Amino acid sequence: MLDKQGIAKRIAKEIKDGYYVNLGIGIPTLVANYIPETMDVVLQSENGLLGMGPFPFEGEEDADVINAGKQTITMLPGSAIFDSAMSFGMIRARKVNLTILGAMEVSENGDIANWKIPGKMVKGMGGAMDLVASAENIIVAMQHVNKAGESKLLPQCSLPLTGVHCVKKIVTELGVFDVLPQGGFKLLERAPGVSVEEIIKATAGKLIVEGEIPEILI
Amino acid sequence: MNKVVSGADEAIRDIADGMTLMLGGFGLCGLPEKCIAALVKKGVKELTCISNNAGVDDFGIGLMLKQRQVKKMISSYVGENAEFERQLLSGELEVELIPQGTLATLCMAAGYGMPAIFTPAGVGTEVAIGKEIRNFSGKDYLMEMAFDADFAIVKAWKGDTMGNLVYRSTARNFNPVMAMAGKITIAEVEELVQPGELDPDHIHTPGIYVHRIFQGENYEKRIEQRTVRIREQG
Repeated sequence: MLDKQGIAKRIAKEIKDGYYVNLGIGIPTLVANYIPETMDVVLQSENGLLGMGPFPFEGEEDADVINAGKQTITMLPGSAIFDSAMSFGMIRARKVNLTILGAMEVSENGDIANWKIPGKMVKGMGGAMDLVASAENIIVAMQHVNKAGESKLLPQCSLPLTGVHCVKKIVTELGVFDVLPQGGFKLLERAPGVSVEEIIKATAGKLIVEGEIPEILI
Repeated sequence: MNKVVSGADEAIRDIADGMTLMLGGFGLCGLPEKCIAALVKKGVKELTCISNNAGVDDFGIGLMLKQRQVKKMISSYVGENAEFERQLLSGELEVELIPQGTLATLCMAAGYGMPAIFTPAGVGTEVAIGKEIRNFSGKDYLMEMAFDADFAIVKAWKGDTMGNLVYRSTARNFNPVMAMAGKITIAEVEELVQPGELDPDHIHTPGIYVHRIFQGENYEKRIEQRTVRIREQG
C-alpha cells in the first residue's frame, strides 16, 4: 500500500520535461517534491504565478508572494506574474499540460466531485470547476475509500459534481487506474503488497483487469 | 487630471447602503485594507460584495461581516471564516458561489465592455442550473453575464496621481480586472508618485480606469498561511 508520499511519488512519474503543471491542495502539493531536478517543469499557481518555488526560509516570507493555498512561497528565476483572468485564460486555452487534484469521488465515466457535501458548510469550488472543465490531462490523487470504508471509485458520483467526463487517470494508495473514454476504471498497476482481489473489493465502479498487473515502481 | 483624495474616508464617502462593491485580493493578499477599515467605520449596510474570498474573522471582509454590513457575497471560496459560516447557516447572509475563473473573467468582461462570456466551467454541475448553454465545436459552454458594480476597490503597490497602477507579485490577482470593472474605481496604493515616475511600459492598470487614488499608511499585509523551510544548520 502507498502512503501519501508514495502516491505523490508515483504521480510525479507522469510529469514530462517541459510541462507546465497545476497542483491542487493536499497530496498534489507533495508531487512537487518528487519532480527530478534534471527536468524543466514550471508550476502554475492559479492566483497568478508561473514558476512557483519552495517555501521561503524563515524570516524571508513575503505577504505578496503566496500560492493558491494562501501559503507563503518563493518565485524561481524565470517566473511570471499575471492577473486572475489571464491565469484562468491560460487554463481554459489548454496551455497548462497537466492538472493534478484531489477528489471525494470519481465516477467510471470520469465525472469528479470534490467541492461540496450536502448538509455541511460549503466553502466553494475555488478554481476547481475551471480546471476540470478545461484541462487536457487531469490526474486525481486520492484515497481509494472514504472514512466510512466506502469506495470513492463509483459507477456514478453521489455528491454534487465539480465537472463531467474529465478525469483521465487516478492514483490511490492501492493502484493506478486509467479512466477509459467509453467508461470504466482500467487497472494499470497495483501498489506494493496489494492484490488484485483487494482492489476489486475496494472498487464500486466498473473495474477492468486485463492480464498480469505489475507492481508500482517508485 | 488629479485623482488624488486625502485618504480612505474621502475615497469611499459616497458608498451608500445597498450598493454592489468589487473588492480586490486573493485571500488576504493584495486586499484593499484601508478602504475596508473605512467602510467598517462608516457602517454602510446591505452591501453586495464581489470578492474571491470573504476574509478571515478579524481581517479583510470578515470585519465587515462582523458588523453585519454585507447582505450578499459573490465569491469562489469562502472558508476560513467562522462568523461567515454562522451568518450563512442562520440565513442572515446570502452567498453566490462562482468558479474562480468565471469570477475573474466576468470582471474582465465588464472592463472590456462585453455583456457576457461563454465558459465550460460548471457545465453539468449545479452552477449551470438556469443558465443558457451553447455548443461550440462539440463542447458545451455556459453563458455567464458580466458583473455590474457601483464601485471597484483595489490595492496596488505603486500608483501615480493620474491613476496609473503597478501591482507587486501575487498581490496582483483580481485587482487589475476589478479596477477595470467598477463604475467608480478606487485605488489604494503603498506608494503614490508623480506622473512620469512610473515607466509607461510597466503600467498594469492604465489610469483611465481609476477615478480616485490615495496612499495608505502602515500596511499590515497580514499573512494567512505562514509556511517556511528550515535552513540547514551549517
